[in-house]
Order: sequence, then structure tokens, then C-alpha cells
Amino acid sequence: MRHVISVLVQDHPRVLNRITGLFARRGFNLESLAVGTTHQPGLSRICLVVSGDDRTLEQVEKQLNRLIEVLKVTDHTEPHVERELCLVKVHVAGLEERLAVKDIQEAFRARVVDVAQKSLILELTGDTQKVNSFIEALRPYGILEVMRTGAVAMSRGDRVLKVREKKEAV
Amino acid sequence: MKGAEALLRALEREGVEVIFGHPGGAIMPTYDALYDSPIRHILVRHEQGGVHAATAYARASGRVGVVMATSGPGALNLVTGLADAMMDSTPVVAITGNVPRALIGTDAFQEADVTGVTMPITKHNYLVQDVNEIPRVVKEAFHIAATGRPGPVLIDIPKDVQLAEFTGSFDVRLDLPGYKPTLKGHPKQIERALDALEKAERPVLMVGGGAQHAHAELLAFAEKTGLPVITTLMGLGAFPGNHPLWLGMPGMHGTVAANRAIHHADVILAIGLRFDDRVTGKVSRFAPHAHTIIHVDIDPAEIGKLVRTHIPIVGDSRLVLKELLKGAKALRLAAWWRELEEWRTRYPLRYKPRPHLQSQEVIRAFHEATGGHAIVTTGVGQHQMFAAQFFPVTRPRSFLTSGGLGTMGVGLPFAIGAKIARPEELVIDFDGDGSFQMTLQELATVVKYKLDVKIVILNNGYLGMVRQWQDLFHAKRYSEVYLADSNPDFARLAEAYGIKGVRVERKEDLMKGVEAVLNADGPVVAEFKVYHEEGVFPMIPAGGAAEDMILEPPEEKEEVGA
Repeated sequence: MRHVISVLVQDHPRVLNRITGLFARRGFNLESLAVGTTHQPGLSRICLVVSGDDRTLEQVEKQLNRLIEVLKVTDHTEPHVERELCLVKVHVAGLEERLAVKDIQEAFRARVVDVAQKSLILELTGDTQKVNSFIEALRPYGILEVMRTGAVAMSRGDRVLKVREKKEAV
Repeated sequence: MKGAEALLRALEREGVEVIFGHPGGAIMPTYDALYDSPIRHILVRHEQGGVHAATAYARASGRVGVVMATSGPGALNLVTGLADAMMDSTPVVAITGNVPRALIGTDAFQEADVTGVTMPITKHNYLVQDVNEIPRVVKEAFHIAATGRPGPVLIDIPKDVQLAEFTGSFDVRLDLPGYKPTLKGHPKQIERALDALEKAERPVLMVGGGAQHAHAELLAFAEKTGLPVITTLMGLGAFPGNHPLWLGMPGMHGTVAANRAIHHADVILAIGLRFDDRVTGKVSRFAPHAHTIIHVDIDPAEIGKLVRTHIPIVGDSRLVLKELLKGAKALRLAAWWRELEEWRTRYPLRYKPRPHLQSQEVIRAFHEATGGHAIVTTGVGQHQMFAAQFFPVTRPRSFLTSGGLGTMGVGLPFAIGAKIARPEELVIDFDGDGSFQMTLQELATVVKYKLDVKIVILNNGYLGMVRQWQDLFHAKRYSEVYLADSNPDFARLAEAYGIKGVRVERKEDLMKGVEAVLNADGPVVAEFKVYHEEGVFPMIPAGGAAEDMILEPPEEKEEVGA
């Protein structure tokens, strides 16, 4: 089963290392990873896409929580928004192809962000499945490069991933 | 005040009295400050000896052990010991020097990425970038090492940070918003646990190293309920090894009674242990009749990791046992105990007497001569298992061995650390000829600090445990296990260090040898030349289950299922 996990961490040096090292060491299957700072100074948020059975996922969560710099872990099993951004550089030989690619671009609501003589860069935002279909749709035209960010996610509604008031440890 | 001085001041504030260590270039400013410090430094001859000694110091005393080393090779020599402390959940703080900040990442002389290397084998680690952070980092390191599930924490301090002028404060707060160990067990789960035990017909209580500090509560709870108690290798001593409720050690070389009790148990209360494969054998065949497994552990990640758990209790074993004790009742277990008693009397730990001197009888002789009143350390291998079997300790923190990592060579440095932690105790290192040679340079440390430790080498001239497996599972193809052709004369080696050497070769000289060791005023290295074809039994082969227990060596075999 595919799981999308959000992790709030202190943005200390090597914290990403600790997480990827943990996944490698314990043989957890990491499909994608996205990381960025948050609105709160000192906190970063990481989104992991992990596959595994329930038992593995329980261990993933528990082992992440063992890391001193991990503040909060949540497995998005609830309704949530999931997006990734993808850039595709696709080969376009002539006008006919250019029009065909444009159709795909419109169908997927992608944007053209670069135009060159023999190629286009398209930008698409969507969930992983949409990005996958987009890439498949473009494949016949000759994809030159693909860059995906990996999924980012957020719970729908008023649920917020946050750290409880910093309690002073003894 | 320089950073180095601030570091020592911070260590003093944590109550550090002893540091095990070895100096070198990148840690020299701290060693210079140490010259004026009240903290006692024990100079070891190899950093690995230092970290093992600090580990034993921690295990024997219940305090945090501290080890110090220089950058690069010095710090990397700590790796095995840190992994050992991590596996056996021991509070150790390691302080390492590093090259100056400006040189980090340039492949400078004696540079290594020590925080990177030790990341998976420490509970946490720090690279100190700002001299004024030293007090907070030290405070956090000790807090993390000693609380929750204990473990090693490494602090790496670049040389220029040690030399920088400290202008900060020692009055610091912990900044650990992501670290809040759960200490108190959930009352509802504790209630459920008591209920399950009350309804049980064949319950057992299994305890591990996580209950060493809860020995008093454990004893009270066991005596109140009348539960049979099984202690893992790391749990030896947490419950008295001479108590009528004690069934012995479980697992690969455990007692028939302990393994059968687990196999037939309907309810298992497991406290402070992590169901290591040496304890469970094949997990899918572990405790097949247990409908309820209650697992008490301070680390939530251990619960459900390997064995299905029906009643999880996250918390400190001592606090949980206190709560359990409040609701504990005398259980009606007469029928169960009749069975347990039958197994215990029918299959005691034993060995076939041979004309040659045997490891088991040497250990047993020391046990009898001391009344079991000693701190025992061991290396890893057959002698370790024999010591666990034939030197049942009765007090907590008195059987110091490498359980999880199985680190050969810990015996001597463990003895050093134990003796420094508890100088009034008799400390005996039961070692193997293979294990002992992995860290024997620490004999110099024994001499330097006049440490009265008794090193008993059970010399069978082989890497005995490997040989035993070759015997059983590799058609007696003894690949690279023979040591006797090149072992030193251990007694003379000891004498070269100025330590009393004793050698015993014949069965009839056993008692004389034991007396020579115990009556000696000061350290002794005693070599007992023991029978080389001895095997450790009972044995559950790796990946087997209680039903696959082998009681005797194959040629004289009596296989006894569960």
C-alpha cells in the first residue's frame, strides 16, 4: 500500500540524512521525498511517499518518531490534498506535432514555460497519478527530460499539522 | 575561558567523575584543560577499550559513562563500542575532537565524517559549531543518553571551537521539543494486563536488560503473583539467579524449563526486552500457545516490531511494575508449577564430565568459591554462554556482556569499567582465548591504575562457538578457527605486563588455580586450558524453535522437543 506521510522536523543540519539513513538502514521503501521550510522559523516539513504493509508503516512512523529532531509524524489516511510539480521537455518536430502537444497540454491544464525550435518545456501540477498520465500522453512525441518534485500533501479541512506548545523538558 | 574549559565545566555540572579516553591532535585543547580539572581520566591504550570501559562503567553504576577521543582514527575506533552501547541500550556520552571548522570537508589530516559515520549507531549526535552552544549540547547529550531508552550520544567538537573564547552561560535549558519519552504506563492497559494474568493458566514473566533498574519492584511483583521468571542474557541479575521462581535464561542456549515455559505459556508478560532472534528463534513459531502477549517497553518502536503484541504498555519498567504491583494478586498456578518443576528438575543445566578440564566446571568452581558474589564480565562466544549458564548472578548490574552486538573483546575493558565504577566489588572477566586477544592491550590500563580484576581465560585453542557451528552445520569443516598454534603463553604475557599469571592445565589443579586467582592481591590473568571439543548445550539452532532444542552433542544425543 502506498502511504503519504508528512513529517515536521527541526531544520538542523543533517536532519534529512537521518531520515534517509533510517529508511535505507531499515529497508523501508521510499518512493519520493520532498522537503521545504515552513512559516515557522526553525521548522521544516518533509513529505514522504512510502509503500509497505501495515506493519511496516507502523514501524516507519515509530522509527521516525524516535529521531530526536522529528517533532510530528502523520500518515495521510484521511482526506487530503496531494500535489506534485513536474517539468517535461518534449521534442516537437513540426507544426503538426506542436499542435498535438498543445492539445495534451490543454487537456491536462499544463503550462508551456519554455519554447525552443525543436522542443517545449511543459509544467504540470497535480497528484501523482495525473502526472503519470501526462507523461504517458507525451511519450509518443519524444520526451527529452522529466523532472518531478515528488508529492507534497496537506490534510483537508481544519486539521493542522503542528507541534504542541513547546513544553520545557525537565 | 576557552571552549575546552567550558566543556569540562559542563561535564562537571553533569556530575561526571571519570572519563575514559585517549588523546590526539584534534582533542588536545580539551586534554590541556583536563590537566586542571577534578575529573579523573583513565588513559586507555586503544579508543575501543575506552568506549567499552565507559559502557561497563554505565552498566555497573547506572550512571552515564564518558569516553573521549581525537578526530579521525581515534573517533572511528569508537564505532564498534558505540554500536555495542546502542544495541544494549547503555547511556554513554562520547566526546570527539574534529579538525578546525575551516578544514571540515577538505580531507584534512585525521579528518573523518564522524557524525555521519555514527549516525545509525548513536541515539543522537552533535557537531558543535558555536562555542557558546557547548553547555546546552552537553546538557542535552546527557539527558538523551540517560532518559527514555538509554543509548550513546556523540559530541563532535572541532579543535578551533575548543580553542574559541567562551562567552555564553551554563544556565541553559534543554531545547528538545521532539523528545518526550513516555514514562508512565497507561492505566487501562495495566488493568488489562493484570486481568489477563489473573485469567491465565500458564503465564510467564520474561524480563530483559530494561528491567535492571527495576529489580526491587520486579522481585516484589514476582513474589506477590508467584509468576515464573525468565531473564534474558541482558536481564541476568535483574532477578536473583538463586530464586525459586527463576527458570533461567531463554533462547538459543537457554534452559529447557525456560524455553518450554514460553512454548507452552498462554500469557506472556515481557518487560524491558526486544524479542531478539537469539531469544525467539523463528518468530512465527515463537510462543505458539500464547493468546496474550503483554509487552512493556519504554521504546514504542519495540512493541510489535517482531512479535505480535496484544497488550502494549509503553513506559518505564520500574514505574509500570510499581503500578502492576498495586493490583497484583497471588495467582493460582499450582498445576503450572508442577509442570515447570518437572522440567526444571529433569533438565537442569549440565555437561558430560570428561577427563579433561572443562570450561563449565571452571566457571562453576569460581561460582562456588565466591558464592556468586562478583561482577562478571565476558567476551563473546562459548565462554560467554557458559558464564551465563554456570555463574547465575543474584544482583542487578552484575553480569556485563555484549548481548545485541555480540562484540568479541569486551571482557577486559568491561572489567576495567566495572572495577572503576564499583571498586569494592570482586570483578571477574571470563574470557575466551579468541576474544581476549582482541583487546588485550588494555592490560596496560589494568597495570597503570592498579585495577584488581581477575581475568580468567578459558583457552580451548579455538574460536569455539564458530567451531561448534562448523561441527553441527558445516560437516566438521573447521575453516579458520584454530588458534592454539599461535596463541601466546597467556601467563607469561601477563607477567610481561607485571601482572600475576596463572596457568592450569589439569583437572586436579582446578581448585588450586581458582584459589590462586581469588587469593591474589591484585590483578591476575589465569589461563585454564580447557577441552576443545566442548559444545554449548542445550541449543536451539538459528531459525529454529523450542521444539528443535538439542540437549546434548549429536554423538551422544538426546533431542528433546518442547
